[in-house]
Amino acid sequence: MQYSDKVMDHFANPRNVGEIEDAQGVGVVGNAKCGDIMKMYLEIDENDVITDCKFKTFGCGAAIATSSMATELIKGRTVKEALALTNSAVVEALDGLPPVKIHCSVLAEEAVKAAIADYYKKIGREVDFSLESADERYEH
Amino acid sequence: MGRFVYADNAATTPVSQSVIDAMAPCFASAWGNPSSLHSKGREAKALLDGARERIARVFACEASEIYFTSCGSESDNWAIKGAALRGKKKGRTHIVTTVIEHPAVLNTCRALEKEGFTVTYVGVDGDGVVDMQALEAAITENTAVVAVMYANNEIGTLQPIERICALAHAKGALMFTDAVQAVGNVKIDLSALPVDMLAMSGHKIHAPKGVGMLFIRKGVVIGNLIDGGGQERRHRAGTENLPYIVGLAKAIEDADEQLADMPRVAAMRDRLIEALTAIPYSRLNGHRTERLPGNVNVGFECIEGESMLLLLDMKGICASTGSACSSASLEPSHVLLAIGVPHEKAHGSIRLSISHETTEEDIDYIIESLVPIVARLREMSPLWEEIVKNGK
Repeated sequence: MQYSDKVMDHFANPRNVGEIEDAQGVGVVGNAKCGDIMKMYLEIDENDVITDCKFKTFGCGAAIATSSMATELIKGRTVKEALALTNSAVVEALDGLPPVKIHCSVLAEEAVKAAIADYYKKIGREVDFSLESADERYEH
Repeated sequence: MGRFVYADNAATTPVSQSVIDAMAPCFASAWGNPSSLHSKGREAKALLDGARERIARVFACEASEIYFTSCGSESDNWAIKGAALRGKKKGRTHIVTTVIEHPAVLNTCRALEKEGFTVTYVGVDGDGVVDMQALEAAITENTAVVAVMYANNEIGTLQPIERICALAHAKGALMFTDAVQAVGNVKIDLSALPVDMLAMSGHKIHAPKGVGMLFIRKGVVIGNLIDGGGQERRHRAGTENLPYIVGLAKAIEDADEQLADMPRVAAMRDRLIEALTAIPYSRLNGHRTERLPGNVNVGFECIEGESMLLLLDMKGICASTGSACSSASLEPSHVLLAIGVPHEKAHGSIRLSISHETTEEDIDYIIESLVPIVARLREMSPLWEEIVKNGK
């Protein structure tokens, strides 16, 4: 099992680590039993644009790298654009992941969705998307 | 070039120069087949016999009780399957082992279950010591073999092998111990330790990978695993791997001499354990004193083992993890779960296995590298955030 240089870069120098106090959207996915938990914080302005994004992750190198990459991919995007983020896009942006680590990218996608769902609930908007990834390879 | 510290000796060890030197003539000149009757064969046969005798001297057994194999896993397979085959003829179709054995033993037992044998997997206590009451209760007149590892590969806990031998023998069962991790770390005297079979592997003690050994006590009869030519007194076919066998003999002799250095290694181990368990929310996995002199296995809450491993690797430190995050199963170590470490905590364990080659400076470097790595990973862990918010 070998990580790409991109994965190692995002693992060793993760972008956007931390918390956002009073964030508009907070999502937590995964569980400690399986060995990874991702917590995603979103700062969203009145135009539905994600102006800031932070994460905290308990997990392996791939879990940290996928969280980091996901925040990069959605920062500055609209909520609608962020909802279109797939785990495959995260994998691609990281120049690939070992097969046993694909579930980490699924978790990253789901963390973003969970945070947006939290935002929707807070502003009274209907959650009109699935919180789960469509990826069938995910067998957690 | 930064500092390099190898702390994964339980995985494998570098081949020592003395072993390389001992093997060299077997490649350059003594390349004969020990079974050949001509001079080239006799030259090889003399080296083979010499290696066996030197090993027997170290373990205080007879040369005829030593059988060379390709690795520890082969020795484990042979001992258990061979004893099961033999036992079946006498109506003994039961095997007793423990839940913390190496996969080479566990999966051998599982394979035998599919062939109609029944297996009892005895549990261990929180330190990883086998539950002696349960073990005693498990062994019956129907038990063919009791297989208990001498020392655990992950947490280093040593088992009371002598007492287990007595329990096995009281019911007429054979006693086998996988001593792959123990040889070279603790003195093994087969004139005093009444095991019927003992397995070891070369690459854990500075011999190359691809050579191992099974001790089978005189009078103990087990079935063969590899049939073929008449090598190893017709019990293990295949032309002998003479260079590696000669290397194994040298490595065993060297390891025996290095046993004198083990108190120093154990003192370094203790210093490392103390420094790492001084970190809040950490725990030592395995027995505090009844453990291999070079084994340190510590779990840190709220972080994951692979992340620690990768960051240590960037610092030039080679370690390993009990976390199975790198395998397809995502299941944490069966050993850590068996000693009662909950799933979520089992993920954050790391094994550092040091040797006589480790220095005090290496220990300092591991401590000064690992302490901030734990802090850094906790800083980005949502689980740690909860602990901090709930006010420790």
